[in-house]
Amino acid sequence: MSEYIMEVNDLKTHFHTKTGVVKAVDGVNFKVKKGEILGIVGESGCGKSVTSQSIMRLVGSKSSEHVSGEVRYHGEDLLLKTEREMEKIRGKDISMVFQDPMTSLNPAYNVGTQIAEMPEIHEKKPKKAAWKRAVEMLTKVGIPSSEKRAHQYPHQYSGGMRQRGVIAMSLACDPDLIIADEPTTALDVTIQAQVLDLLRKLRDDTGTAIMMITHDLGVVAELCDRVAVMYAGKIVEEGTIEDIFDRPKHPYTKGLLNSVPRPGRRERLQPIEGQPPNLQNLPQGCRFQDRCPFVMDKCLAQQPELLPAESEQHTVACWLEEEGQPDGDRGTRKNRQPEEAL
Amino acid sequence: MATEELVRIDNLKKHFKISNGIFRKNTVVKAVDGLNFSVYKGETLGIVGESGCGKSTTGRLLMKLLEATEGKMYFEGEDVSTWDKQKLKARRRDFQMIFQDPYASLNPRMIVEDIIEEPLKTTDMSKEERKARVKQLLDDVGIPQDYRTRYPHEFSGGQRQRIGIARALALKPKFIVADEPVAALDVSIQAQIINLLVDLQEEYDFTYLFIAHDLSVVQYISDRVGVMYLGKMVELSESDDLYENPLHPYTQALLSSVPVPDIHHVKDRIPLEGEIPSPDNPPSGCPFHPRCPIAKQHCKEEVPSFREITEGHYVACHEVK
Repeated sequence: MSEYIMEVNDLKTHFHTKTGVVKAVDGVNFKVKKGEILGIVGESGCGKSVTSQSIMRLVGSKSSEHVSGEVRYHGEDLLLKTEREMEKIRGKDISMVFQDPMTSLNPAYNVGTQIAEMPEIHEKKPKKAAWKRAVEMLTKVGIPSSEKRAHQYPHQYSGGMRQRGVIAMSLACDPDLIIADEPTTALDVTIQAQVLDLLRKLRDDTGTAIMMITHDLGVVAELCDRVAVMYAGKIVEEGTIEDIFDRPKHPYTKGLLNSVPRPGRRERLQPIEGQPPNLQNLPQGCRFQDRCPFVMDKCLAQQPELLPAESEQHTVACWLEEEGQPDGDRGTRKNRQPEEAL
Repeated sequence: MATEELVRIDNLKKHFKISNGIFRKNTVVKAVDGLNFSVYKGETLGIVGESGCGKSTTGRLLMKLLEATEGKMYFEGEDVSTWDKQKLKARRRDFQMIFQDPYASLNPRMIVEDIIEEPLKTTDMSKEERKARVKQLLDDVGIPQDYRTRYPHEFSGGQRQRIGIARALALKPKFIVADEPVAALDVSIQAQIINLLVDLQEEYDFTYLFIAHDLSVVQYISDRVGVMYLGKMVELSESDDLYENPLHPYTQALLSSVPVPDIHHVKDRIPLEGEIPSPDNPPSGCPFHPRCPIAKQHCKEEVPSFREITEGHYVACHEVK
């Protein structure tokens, strides 16, 4: 078996709408190693959630949704599977955790039953054994008096506990990949810290790989081994967290890191001016050109590819890599109105 | 920093009665339960806390959008509760609010220049003066003049927030309550708006009460920070002091829970067990005692007083000496 459990090659998800084609994901390549936590980070509309939904084949069934490329899971292309085959994979081999636990749980069934459903269906376990497994999972994710709690309904759980319940459900069949789409965004910081600790511990104990989709660079720094930074439907930089946080190469990655206020620091924030391009009307060339302080003629004409920078594992899609890095952290671009492009 | 008091609140309380049906007893949610603090002229006072701690209710009380159950509020030394309707209306121009969701707070049927002009109509400014003021405000918040005849839906989230800010500034208020003004925005846009809020304060010279759940943002923008928990303020101090020397165990745990985008940031996570209790049935004594790692017997019985430990650093905790 290869070192990678998943290889995504040239994944494209385009939505055909009345007003034009929305290129939500436009040629994304990445790999997930066994047992690693890969962060996919980016701002709203960069395509990080659509990427995960395309992998799980949650988009692509309607005629307006066009998914192309390859999603190789243990060598087999998930995009070629039938819906019936996918049903066997979802929840068993690859499971998902969403942002809002209340929408992932059925309010009409108690939590234990919903978790027990997984081994019942996927592993054909008898009801009693499946229930036992459900209680075991709830204990594992740190729900106190899980025996009793398994009989309770989602509304009797607090927000943090519901998310633990959903994580318990995603773990019930020992998947080798969990896709977590903003799992802590709806939670308060102290509860978020508990859930992040839990995810890390589960990975260490079970060896499950986690794909962590988030907008929060703090969460990435705390949890992930490797990171892919997305912008306007493409990955612009990928590397280990040391690569991304200590030696960021792409002006967008640098801009993101400079935009975040950090506790205990007072220097003026350096925001990225402007806003992301319209996905229906993408510029020719690099997608970051309108906001990039180092933009060159080449950037306007041709799209840079994701190529190795300092090392094989640290890849960057930026023409600056060819031309050599500019001096200083940021260039200056005068006469720019904030949010000039509408 | 100027030490002239602009706003002072004294034992401010807001209790909501929740009806549980005809035959059951009504419960009382103590959203804000005895707050005392002052806001000084020209400063930014940050209020931070997790959901349900009462931070937004506090903001609304200070804006007189809610009537306090108990307690007093003074604005420039005047007792606000003695103001009648007319007086309140006349004074409202001095305190304004910036909301979290700029889309919900802008009328979708009005064009931008009318939205910003509307508050100016309460003054005796002439039409020309109002137009000139709108133009100035658009420049101040960085909205291009060509966009003034557009509707709110034609703008991005960050730009809508700029419009909301322009409207709040229209009457040159002395006091602005900003309730989670950047929570709905992406990081890169969030930084633009934070810088704008800081610049405008320098230009217009007003006072902020900045409410947010994001500790990094609050600490960055505020001169002083108050931490709330279950309707009470548990700690209040200068922003840097709070970060370097948090005294209340809740503040310590909160600070240690914030994910920092720096992989070399070393911290000892103080894990907090359990979750925030419901404000309709708060714990006896110190509201934090069920989750507190250093709670003693007397924490369960006595409510700790909010006292000054070092100069300007207030804490409500029995165990802090």
